[in-house]
Amino acid sequence: MARPLSLKEISKKEVLISSGHRMCAGCGAPTVIKMVLLASDYPVIASNATGCLEVSTCISDYTAWKIPWIHSAFENAAATISGVETMYRSLKKQGVISKEIKFVAFGGDGGTYDIGLQSLSGAMERGHDMLYICYDNGAYMNTGIQRSSATPRGADTTTRPAGSVIPGKTEPRKNLTRIMAAHDIPYAAQASPSHWMDLMKKVKKAFEIKGPKFMNIISPCNRGWRSRTDDSIMLSRLAVDTCYWPLYEVEDGVTKITFTPKEKKPIVEFLKTQGRFKHLFKPENEWVIKKFQEDVDKEWERLQKEVSLFAS
Amino acid sequence: MAKIVAATGNEAVANALMQANPDVSAAYPITPATDIMQRFTSFVSNATVKTEMILVESEHSAMSACIGASAAGGRVMTATSSQGLALMWEMLFIASGLRLPIVMPVVNRALSAPLNIHGDHSDAMGARDTGWIQLWSENAQEAYDNTIQSFLIGEHMDIRLPVMVCLDGFIISHSIERIEYLEDAEVKNFIGEFRQLNPLLDIEHPVSYGPLILPDYYMEFRKAQDEVESKVFRVVLDVAKDFEKISGRKYGLFETYRLDDAEIGLVILNSAAGTSKDVIDEFRNRGIKAGLLKPRLYRPFPYNEIGEALKHLKAVCVLDRADAFGGSYGPLFIDISTSLYTYSKKPILINKIYGLGGRDYLPEHAELVLNELTEIAKTEKVKTIKEYIGVRG
Amino acid sequence: MKLKGWRELTPGAVILEAGNAVEFKTGSWRSFRPVWKEENCIQCLFCWLYCPDMAIKVKDGKREEFDYDYCKGCGICALECPGKKGNKAIIMVEEGK
Repeated sequence: MARPLSLKEISKKEVLISSGHRMCAGCGAPTVIKMVLLASDYPVIASNATGCLEVSTCISDYTAWKIPWIHSAFENAAATISGVETMYRSLKKQGVISKEIKFVAFGGDGGTYDIGLQSLSGAMERGHDMLYICYDNGAYMNTGIQRSSATPRGADTTTRPAGSVIPGKTEPRKNLTRIMAAHDIPYAAQASPSHWMDLMKKVKKAFEIKGPKFMNIISPCNRGWRSRTDDSIMLSRLAVDTCYWPLYEVEDGVTKITFTPKEKKPIVEFLKTQGRFKHLFKPENEWVIKKFQEDVDKEWERLQKEVSLFAS
Repeated sequence: MAKIVAATGNEAVANALMQANPDVSAAYPITPATDIMQRFTSFVSNATVKTEMILVESEHSAMSACIGASAAGGRVMTATSSQGLALMWEMLFIASGLRLPIVMPVVNRALSAPLNIHGDHSDAMGARDTGWIQLWSENAQEAYDNTIQSFLIGEHMDIRLPVMVCLDGFIISHSIERIEYLEDAEVKNFIGEFRQLNPLLDIEHPVSYGPLILPDYYMEFRKAQDEVESKVFRVVLDVAKDFEKISGRKYGLFETYRLDDAEIGLVILNSAAGTSKDVIDEFRNRGIKAGLLKPRLYRPFPYNEIGEALKHLKAVCVLDRADAFGGSYGPLFIDISTSLYTYSKKPILINKIYGLGGRDYLPEHAELVLNELTEIAKTEKVKTIKEYIGVRG
Repeated sequence: MKLKGWRELTPGAVILEAGNAVEFKTGSWRSFRPVWKEENCIQCLFCWLYCPDMAIKVKDGKREEFDYDYCKGCGICALECPGKKGNKAIIMVEEGK
């Protein structure tokens, strides 16, 4: 994939998710999905965990999906698509199907990090030829902004609200991308819609690899993050620039950072843009911001060390 | 040409599944159903079947993967018991709600707590409202025959519902019986090719499965499903008639044993019905008009037909190998009493709970019950409607 | 829109018409609308790419008008627009003004 991707060329492709879906104005998720589907040069069949994306794109007798799509339950997008993928393999082996089809599971951080972790781990371990895309907005947004293990430290959520005694989420974020890489799957990566070329290249690369692949993509939610409707892309860019959401890939166990910000911005730049972190700016909560910065620095350092292990 | 073998219930079911040759199976082991999949996976490893096997990490994922595979467009099966069935509970509703013809033998086992691996009906009874078709099997032969027929019933274009085939854990699943297998080619011909409906793999016609439905439509979908359930009876009978042509064995919605002129009767499911039939014969030899009804199609329940079959008796005991908590009656009793509800003249009904957690049901238990029924038929007096039999203390 | 009766439904609520969500017009959600200043547009297509509602029409690699039937007025396009020499090619104006 040496040739840079051209938006002009890409814009001539059919967008496989339609207008008319019920996602909030300015939601990051449909943009993420649009980019993933545009990046594919193959027909795709997708499963979708229950959540914002699923309920808003397929409701009543309307579907925004122009690809075959199945939603079964909350915690099993990976198990469901592994069934679809296996039927494909079975029918291909029997000579009933010959087309090349790719299989994708879409899940929010809710249906992936927490309730969906078992099903995801099982599917990855079994080696199905599938790509799992987690659109990470950092909470159970669809049901009203409840805390998930993907919620960043200090965030105000409805099940762990910022109060006078407890300043929001006290635990650090779960590092799911690292957990997925530890499954020794052929490809695990993090991406952001703000860096669309990096995202699409990663999706294209994933589709050329046979076996289980995982991509974690940051997906800002202006309702849950208490931000503006117009800043989804700006916030995902800031997440990358503060190294809160490093863009990297682990291919066959080799870690590579795919984008290094020119200047690593302090996490405060990211936090001050969102209402869910507003309480952290009170003097008694400043220690949380300090700890958050430590979390980010520790992970960024760890990644760089990991990269140097494989440097040629 | 039938092949006569000595095989266990699990072996017979595994053989039926092998002959049905599904495209995909996703399964997780659980006693006493494990054996079915273990035998089946050796067919897979030796390429005796074309089935692609998914060794999932839980029963919930087993049913999820079956749902994905079935919606993708092909023949799918799995097997489980007890805790496994309980774990996939939400997915059972989803499988029937999405109208996917998955076939699943359920080797009936008691539910925890207390943990128990032996045979009773609480698992499948707990799943009776899930929209699955339920066929219950007295012995290994019936389990084999029901499994083969379930593919045709579920895949019928008027139906498209998942089917559960129940057989008693350990009692039938692990006991060796004389069984007649049909030829592979006969079964293949009988079941036929998988009947496709809106497959995901038809990428020229992309479909979306599993939308969110709001209060303005949910009830219409449930009504539509209810309507489909009402068509199941005819399909079960039609498939049974076709099955008789190749096997010589007759099946209906239920089995009646010396019931036509009976005055007292037992209503009982699965293996214990077999034990009871011998006792019925003994009572008949003594001149007592005893009979038995053994349901086969349990869901949807043939209320009208069973009501008609039982209405002439004086006293009936419904024996349940499962109980409903909360001072309620056993599930079979509730359905039988509903089937007799509309008749002004109906038999006196009593309910006995037996055989829970693999507790043996012996001929003397049937004798005890029939003696009590004889007394009730004479005096028209009942000392207690519901009783646990074979329990100490 | 007339609601269907139970007899007219698909089995299992499966939806047979791909992408028919386009029948649901979300344009009424807006309180701000984007306006395209073509003279400042460098045709970078970022607006087309980032729009969550596919509300920017593109033909032969060039953007055309907004699809106001679906635009929810989020303003991402306006914020991300690089414009020409500091002048944005998309500005948000209050709906109804």
